[in-house]
This record gives sequence, C-alpha cells and structure tokens, in this order.
Amino acid sequence: MRHLLSPLDFSVQELEDLFDLAADIEKNPGKYAHACDGLKIATLFYEPSTRTRLSFEAAMMNLGGKALGFASADSSSAAKGESVADTIRVISCFADIAAIRHSKEGAALVASRFSSIPVINAGDGGHEHPTQTLLDMMTIRTLKGRLDHFTIGICGDLKFGRTVHSLVNAMSRYEGVHFVFISPPELRVPDYITEMLDEKGLSYEEKISLDEAISGLDLLYMTRVQRERFFNEEDYVRLKNFYVLTPKLMSMAKEDMYVLHPLPRVNEISVEIDKDPRAAYFRQVQYGVYVRMALILTLLGIDVDSL
Amino acid sequence: MLNVGKIEEGIVLDHIEAGKAMLIYHYLKLDRTEYPVAIIKNARSEAMTRKDILKVECDPDSLNLDVIAFMAPSVTVNVIKGGEIVEKRQLHLPEEITGVLKCHNPRCITSIEQELPHIFYLSDHTRQIYRCRYCEERYTAGVLEKRYR
Repeated sequence: MRHLLSPLDFSVQELEDLFDLAADIEKNPGKYAHACDGLKIATLFYEPSTRTRLSFEAAMMNLGGKALGFASADSSSAAKGESVADTIRVISCFADIAAIRHSKEGAALVASRFSSIPVINAGDGGHEHPTQTLLDMMTIRTLKGRLDHFTIGICGDLKFGRTVHSLVNAMSRYEGVHFVFISPPELRVPDYITEMLDEKGLSYEEKISLDEAISGLDLLYMTRVQRERFFNEEDYVRLKNFYVLTPKLMSMAKEDMYVLHPLPRVNEISVEIDKDPRAAYFRQVQYGVYVRMALILTLLGIDVDSL
Repeated sequence: MLNVGKIEEGIVLDHIEAGKAMLIYHYLKLDRTEYPVAIIKNARSEAMTRKDILKVECDPDSLNLDVIAFMAPSVTVNVIKGGEIVEKRQLHLPEEITGVLKCHNPRCITSIEQELPHIFYLSDHTRQIYRCRYCEERYTAGVLEKRYR
C-alpha cells in the first residue's frame, strides 16, 4: 500500500505519469466521472483549510466517490484527547483513502504507520505539503512546458513554509534548477534543506531584498508569513509585511516570469497583480483538483482504461 | 594519583569526554543493575587533558553499546576477559536510534502523542548529524544535553 507523505515518495518518472494523468483528466473529465463509484475519501483536518480540504473532496466527487471527515480538531475526538494513531485506525474502517492535515510535524507519517488505507499528507505543521507541490509543479509544467533549467525565486516565510520545503525537495531532482531564497534573516530556509542542496551539489543563493533578485528570476513563488506558526505575536507583527509584490516590482521582472502562491494570500501580493497575465496563483487552484484526482486514482491503483 | 583496581570480566569505556560519564551510566541503565561499576571522573589524560572512564564488571555482550557512538564519539571500548583486554571494540554510528533521545521540537507530533517511539536517523555520516524521523529536527553526535528519555 502506498502513501504520499513527501513529494519524494514518487520517483521523477512516477510524477511525470501523474502529471500526464492529471492533464488527461483536464481534457477528458467524463472518462473519469465514475472511476471511484462507491469509494470514500476521509478528510481529517485538524487545522483549518479552505482550498486543500475542498479540493480533495471535489476531486473525489469528480471521480464519482464521496467524502466524509472533519474540518477542525475541535469537531473531532482529538478534542477528547484521541491520538492520531487511534483516529486513523478507526477511519480506516469507514473510508478507502484519507487526507490528513495536522499542526504537528510528522502527524501524517504517524497516521501512515497505523493505517490500513492509503494516507495523503495534506500538510503537517511547518514540515511538508506534498499535494501543494504536485499542483505547483503541474502549474509550472503547463505554463513553462518543462520542469528543468529555471531560476526559481522563493520569497517570504521560508522557515515555517511547508510548501516551500516540499517544493525545493521535489524540484531539486531536476537538472539546471537554481534556487534564490528571499527571506528576512529570521525566516531563512531550514538548514536541512540547504544541507540537502549542498549534498547534491545544487546551486542556490540567499537574499534579503526582493527588489535585487526579481529581474533574474524565471519563476517567483511567493508565500505568506503565517501567524499560526509563531509562538510570539510580536515577531509576527514585525515580519508580516516584509515583502509586498507590487506592479512596480513586477515591471522589473521578466515578461514570462510567472508568479505562484500557495494561497491564502494576505497582503504579500498586491491585488493589482491579479490582472497581470503572469499571475498564476488562481490557475494553480484549478490544477490542484486535477492533480488530486490523479493522485487518488494512483494511490488506489485504479486504471480507468482497464475498468 | 587515584588507583582503581582491574576487573576480571566486563568492559572499560575509556576516553569519555570529561563530565559525560554519568550520562552514559544512566543511558546504559547501570543504576538498575547489580553490576559492580567504577566511575572515574576527571582523570588525567595526555590527549584529552581530562577524561572520564567507566569500568563495568559484567558479561560484555549484555550491554547495548551502539548509541554510545552517538552520545560520545571519542569513547573507546575495551572488552576485558580474564583480567586482560581481549578486544578493542570499534563503535560505529547506528543508522537509527530509537527510544534514547527525546525530540525537543515543540512542533513535532511526538510532543503530543506520548506513546510514539522517538526515532532518529543518521542523515549525514561525515558531520555525524541525526534527524528526527517525524519533524527532521537536527541532533549532532557528541553534543549532549539532557535530552535522554
């Protein structure tokens, strides 16, 4: 039985196959409309979410399946003190696949060890968010036509930004990718990420100023400074407006430098950018549904052509 | 000069960084055995200036020594039989350490799920770095604090 805890759980070839499947789903949605008839996904969201939970549920419904679950720890038995290990054992009796989001790092790994159904990590604290990475990569592949030979700027909260950690891990397997990490010193990318890049001999640089970096980028991945990751409100207030992407900054960027963002956006991207054809963040959301449909089919071992 | 007598059968943990003997004593759970133990602290050493030494009279195979390589990489293990050193055991960093260290990251799932085994894997052999299996928090061999379970 396979789980998805990190994007590295899939080989580069398996990811290609997944993106090809997602692209086919986009073109021929009717072909997949009954692929999961009679099956259920459990969405176990201990942390609030709009996009990710609804995207998983929409993905399963688009495949003919159903969704059940909870949307906060308060409305689950976690409020009574039930462990993740016990919850997933119980949920395994109700559903065929589970997506779990939790504020603690490693929660999805724990769930996978006690589960008898495939588990998808839908975000574990500041650690990983692999399905966001899959949809980020699908977006890049669709817009740029490739996943290699880029300079990618990643800007904002690189310390607690789980989407960042997963994206760097995944993109580090492609040739010619150069990372530019743009963050305040307090929110630098964790050492285990830079160690991994050093070990693989991959090139990266760290900068504080977005103004200085933007003209050299082929892609810009903006992230939000996340209030929920700070133990100290004062630090959050000091750092929350460190970066704001404005039309003036965009005028310094390449004409084909797409802007991605995992959303939700707070104020790190000015709303005026939404009209810029290089703003790709709402398109990412649509790709997210296709990628999650492809992922559900893959983890459940369903091949529509053989049905 | 302090003199401690020879042991007939057991192990001598030599070249322990000064001050770490008691940590190793507790990790090996020697306080829960009836083995005769000599703890020598701050012994003079040419190479280390000061060092600790542990002498334990026991069946040499009865102790789990693997994690000592992580806790105190400088340690040498002498196996004693018949009052003589019969083996100088080379310690290697274990690929995985379970149930010894405690992850101190408050964001780690182990901070709230008490029954989970605390597991650390060797992520960098050269720099002797271990990481928590759940949250990737970093722990360097030899850098000891009171993190033991």
